[in-house]
Amino acid sequence: MTSPHSSHAAPQSFWRKYVFSLDHKVIGRQYLDLSLVAVTTGMILSWLMRLHLAWPTRAIPFLGALSPEATGGIITPEYYLSLMTMHGTIMVFFVLTTAPFAGFGNFILPIQIGAEDMAFPHFNMMSFWVTFVAFIVLVSAFFVPEGPPLAGWTAYAPLSAVGKDSGPGEGWGQTLWVISIGIFCIGQLIGSLNFIATTLDLRTKGMTLARMPYSTWAWFITSVIGLIAFSVLLPACVLLLLDRVAGTSFFIPAGLVISDRLQPHAGGSPLLWQHLFWFFGHPEVYIAILPGFGIVSHILPVVTRKPLLGPRVLIACMIAIGFLSYTVWGHHMFMSGMNPLSATLFSVPTLIITIPAAIATLLWIGTLYGSKLRFNTPALFCLGFISVFVSGGLSGFFLAQPAIDSYLHGTYFVVGHFHFVMGVAAMFAIFAGLYFWFPKMFGRMMNETLGKWHFILTFIGVYCIFMPMHYLGLAGNVRRYSTFTVDYMKGSIPLHRFITVAALFTGAAQLIFFYNLFRSRFRGEIAPANPWQATSLEWTTSSPPPHDNFGGHHPVVYHGPNEYGVAGREGDYIMQTSPEPEPVAAAS
Amino acid sequence: MTSLSVKSPAAPAQTGVLVGIAAITMSFAAYSSALIVRQGASPDWLHFTLPRVLFFNTLVVLASSATLYVARPRSRATADPAGSGAAVDAPNLTWLYATILLGFLFLAGQIMAWRNLAAQGLTLSSSPSSSFFYLLTAMHGLHLLGGLAGLLYVVYRVRRSSPVRAVVAYKAASLYWHFMTVLWLYLFAILATRI
Repeated sequence: MTSPHSSHAAPQSFWRKYVFSLDHKVIGRQYLDLSLVAVTTGMILSWLMRLHLAWPTRAIPFLGALSPEATGGIITPEYYLSLMTMHGTIMVFFVLTTAPFAGFGNFILPIQIGAEDMAFPHFNMMSFWVTFVAFIVLVSAFFVPEGPPLAGWTAYAPLSAVGKDSGPGEGWGQTLWVISIGIFCIGQLIGSLNFIATTLDLRTKGMTLARMPYSTWAWFITSVIGLIAFSVLLPACVLLLLDRVAGTSFFIPAGLVISDRLQPHAGGSPLLWQHLFWFFGHPEVYIAILPGFGIVSHILPVVTRKPLLGPRVLIACMIAIGFLSYTVWGHHMFMSGMNPLSATLFSVPTLIITIPAAIATLLWIGTLYGSKLRFNTPALFCLGFISVFVSGGLSGFFLAQPAIDSYLHGTYFVVGHFHFVMGVAAMFAIFAGLYFWFPKMFGRMMNETLGKWHFILTFIGVYCIFMPMHYLGLAGNVRRYSTFTVDYMKGSIPLHRFITVAALFTGAAQLIFFYNLFRSRFRGEIAPANPWQATSLEWTTSSPPPHDNFGGHHPVVYHGPNEYGVAGREGDYIMQTSPEPEPVAAAS
Repeated sequence: MTSLSVKSPAAPAQTGVLVGIAAITMSFAAYSSALIVRQGASPDWLHFTLPRVLFFNTLVVLASSATLYVARPRSRATADPAGSGAAVDAPNLTWLYATILLGFLFLAGQIMAWRNLAAQGLTLSSSPSSSFFYLLTAMHGLHLLGGLAGLLYVVYRVRRSSPVRAVVAYKAASLYWHFMTVLWLYLFAILATRI
């Protein structure tokens, strides 16, 4: 008899093979392709904002022709907010959630646990295509009358709930936003369900939980977080949509006057939206960053040729972060009006959550300490990840305290903080994972020289962009404003120009990455099965792996993924599938 | 297939349903907390008498869980889900049909409740209490439709005479269906005490 899961025959037709594929490897690549399109879109939007901030009176060429909302290429305050909303939404949902979690997780997780595919291949296909539809719905907001929404990626009610009166883009644009995010939730819920069932049930013989690679652990924990978080965002989107189209009053208070019009709603609670949103929104930060923890922890032993320091402590830290992520959402609402006691109750776990994060960081640094580091591109991006994660994390201490947050919350300090710790750190982990797993995904190596240049320029670039934002914020430069031409903020313009130039420079540096990506895909050096001399299961099969991952057999696992630096043998590592006994003493 | 997999093939389906139940529980927890917050937010909460058909519907959904339990496959069959060749008993078709019928009856009853409410002039937007009434019953109904699809799949598997897969499907679908019953009891209690 056949097992009811994970053994579908290799498809023959083009559509089943590349488009509506059930193969987790194809689906993983589709997710990564989608996030590549999304990240490019999001980055272009950020350039438009940066150009306007630096030279507010100068017209941006071609923009007037592209967007009727930006008359003559000049970005209006409303259109600036639209760009900001779309930038945030695209980046958080369609890049930071899809790439490190759904993209790499789909491709790598089943192979790392020795499975032929995900537990529910049809659900897996559905998960991607639902996410794809969500992206199309969101981007279509650019093409409806009055353009995209302007309520921010957090879509605070009642601005997001009352419709056209609250500004251009708040009609159709905002409705499309709510529908898009609702659809996205469904896609991610199906995906998370699949990840959890796969990890629990499809591990091959000998692959105990303790022997799972850290990246698989991270994706597993992330999928549990995602399952809970998106289960709450979806109802929130349903309620918001009903407020917008069905005349209900969940979030719209009584007597609300917007644009000189009394809104025909009564009694709703705007704070309710914020609670529901941030109950999802804060764990979302960890949905973006925990896969990065996993990827970096997976790559560091490979490049340092040492076992990872405290592997069980690391897993405990990730679980602790996952748990604590549900206790801190109120710290986004210190400025929304909150009982000081509640603020303290949210402040304390916010500070506590830095402990597991700091322990994980110390474990990575401890692993690096005294190692003979192989300075390849994945290693560089891991170092970059640690650097920006620490830089961004440190400013979190300030923001965790209500008294300080009330000054900094509305300023560029916060922009700098979350771009470092969530955006750039996660992006560096994505780059590390891509340079590391590219040979497995496409059977060819990426170019190392180009990779190193990509890292160096990007690393310098992101510090030039986001470090000055902290100073701007401390100086009182407010965020979400489209121009700083008034009085005391005028002085910030030169620094904003510097940031804009740095952003364009960093964007240009990504051309090296794109060139490397596409060139290596077709012309790169042919990759062997295990180019990095790593121990986990994905490196035991060919590059790229066959349709059923292991060519008809099921690998048997005898070791954990951490057997590096083993003394007294030719290679300094033991594959997870190697039947030899555990070494008596590992080299120090 | 000579699989080295140590788990029975039933495992992923069961796990999937359990994880799905966790997600659905979480989303109804979100709706419930929204209801409680909204009720306390302002004095426009309208109390009204629940349509009497809901008591009948509650009995129907309880009965459907009972018939589904009676439909369970018996004998040694379930002891060997890995299927080493031993005869496997399939779930009982008649009782499955009875369950599906009761499921549709329940949905029809819910629609009657809506009509009853609309006849009183209570629409989705008239009061937060009626908003939540329509919303919660609609969401439960949607999820129940998913359960009906699952039961129809079990029927399909039984009729295709693939007993092992039918048993796997039955276990997963019935777990979900019983959860739908429990979820309705919870929602009914919330609606009865709050509205």
